[in-house]
Amino acid sequence: MTTLLTWLVEPLQQEFMVRALLVSTLVSCVCGLLSCYMTLKGWALMGDAVSHAVMPGVVIAYALNLPFAVGAFVFGVGSVALIGYIKQMTRIKEDTVIGLVFTGFFALGLTLISKVRSSIDLSHILFGNVLGISSSDILQTVLISLLVLTVLVVLRKDLLLFCFDPTHARSIGLHTGVLHYLLLSMLSLAAVAGLQTVGIILVVAMLVTPGATAYLLTDRFDRMVWLSILSAVISSVAGIYWSYWMDASTAGCIVLVQTLLFLLCFLLAPRHGLLAQRRRSPRASRFPS
Amino acid sequence: MPSGQPLLDGNERISVLHLCVDYHGVVAVHDASLHLDAGSICALVGMNGAGKSTLFKALMGFVRPSAGSIAINGLPLKEARRARAVAYVPQTESVDWNFPVNVHEVVMMGRYGAMNLLRIPRPVDREAVKEALDRVDLWPLRHRQIGALSGGQRKRAFLARALAQGASVMLLDEPFNGVDIRTEKLMIELFEQFRREGRTLMISTHDLSHVTSFCDQVVLINKTVLAYGETASVFTSENLALTFGGLRLEATPAAATDPDPQAP
Repeated sequence: MTTLLTWLVEPLQQEFMVRALLVSTLVSCVCGLLSCYMTLKGWALMGDAVSHAVMPGVVIAYALNLPFAVGAFVFGVGSVALIGYIKQMTRIKEDTVIGLVFTGFFALGLTLISKVRSSIDLSHILFGNVLGISSSDILQTVLISLLVLTVLVVLRKDLLLFCFDPTHARSIGLHTGVLHYLLLSMLSLAAVAGLQTVGIILVVAMLVTPGATAYLLTDRFDRMVWLSILSAVISSVAGIYWSYWMDASTAGCIVLVQTLLFLLCFLLAPRHGLLAQRRRSPRASRFPS
Repeated sequence: MPSGQPLLDGNERISVLHLCVDYHGVVAVHDASLHLDAGSICALVGMNGAGKSTLFKALMGFVRPSAGSIAINGLPLKEARRARAVAYVPQTESVDWNFPVNVHEVVMMGRYGAMNLLRIPRPVDREAVKEALDRVDLWPLRHRQIGALSGGQRKRAFLARALAQGASVMLLDEPFNGVDIRTEKLMIELFEQFRREGRTLMISTHDLSHVTSFCDQVVLINKTVLAYGETASVFTSENLALTFGGLRLEATPAAATDPDPQAP
């Protein structure tokens, strides 16, 4: 018992651990909520694209001594607009355009970071640096998170309807174009917040895995949101502890815990899990459809 | 009771005058005109690509006409939309049935336009949803996830949403696709009730047998409105031949066949 307590409490005596836990819990709430919409809308690839595309923005912002969130947001929204524009103007399919645009932006970021003289550490952008997060970065992350949470909570029902049946949404007078770009803007902001914790490469996991995990557990959206947030927060806290005691990559540990939670639900979820389906299947196989 | 009482405001529900719609220079609908009164069921008949869905989109204000005008209940489209006068009932295939919402929530979505920004249901919204669900016999199933409904129940859930919206004009996209006879009978009964309440229904279909059985108006469309009016006067072999591009079909319900080679 005492060993467990020491195991839990000892890291909290380090200020950087307390900060990391608080920041990543907040970011997990934001990403957990948003990931429900990403999962239902089928925008996982878009999340990956936006998170990679913010890289040149981050580099430029650091070089110009601007808040990194500003640069990241401009490039995140810019990439989304560019994807939409190219898709509209050509006959190229959307997933191809997404792949094309985000790699282009990412390459620009990589090139910039190798040429611009600055104090940025590439690995911190790619893999996150939540244990060494600075006070100004914390402030930005908190502001971004509060903004995204407010928008998503106020418009949660409109966004849900937009994901479910955009035609109906439009016919009763909702501005679906605005909702579309608003959700993508929130995605850009959440990606910026998430990259503080797990970095550009793994932030898509924060934007997809919690929602997918929760989707296996329930058929109600409200519960899905809470379960998604819960799994994201558990993963971040457990992942940070794990990385502290194992002296392993924080981003890696967080995302690994998320993935393990998903696999657990994939196996054991009461109705949509593998075992539950197996239990039902003998009867189904007797009456092949 | 927003959906139960007769809707007696004015007589003309849909008025389309010289409507032209084109997509990047490709004409979808040219010089189409039609008028539909309150309390009618109108079949919109035409081949694939004849402009049925374009006409629906225009009536919902989704496409900007290059010429002509549309009025719903005597109001310009924008105001009609604000009054939520037009409901669109989609083909059931176009919806993700695994979506984590239940029947009650889907029908409540018909009320969103009338609610405040947070879309918190008021007693009047709950009443409208209950009444709509009662009318389509889905109240006992209101807590079901929508994917757990049968095909016929899914159709009825979307009809309930249009009812809860309180729409006086309903646009139904191929409502009888993949529906068994019992459900079809049930739906037609509901449509006839809606007509008695003064609603106007426009039903896109390529199954001509429905047209003569319960639709009192027909609009034949092939890039433009070829003919519209009372079923008996419009539904002639000559008009059908025009509609289906030279394919000659008998206008009797018994001999009516599916003229659309691409339809399932």
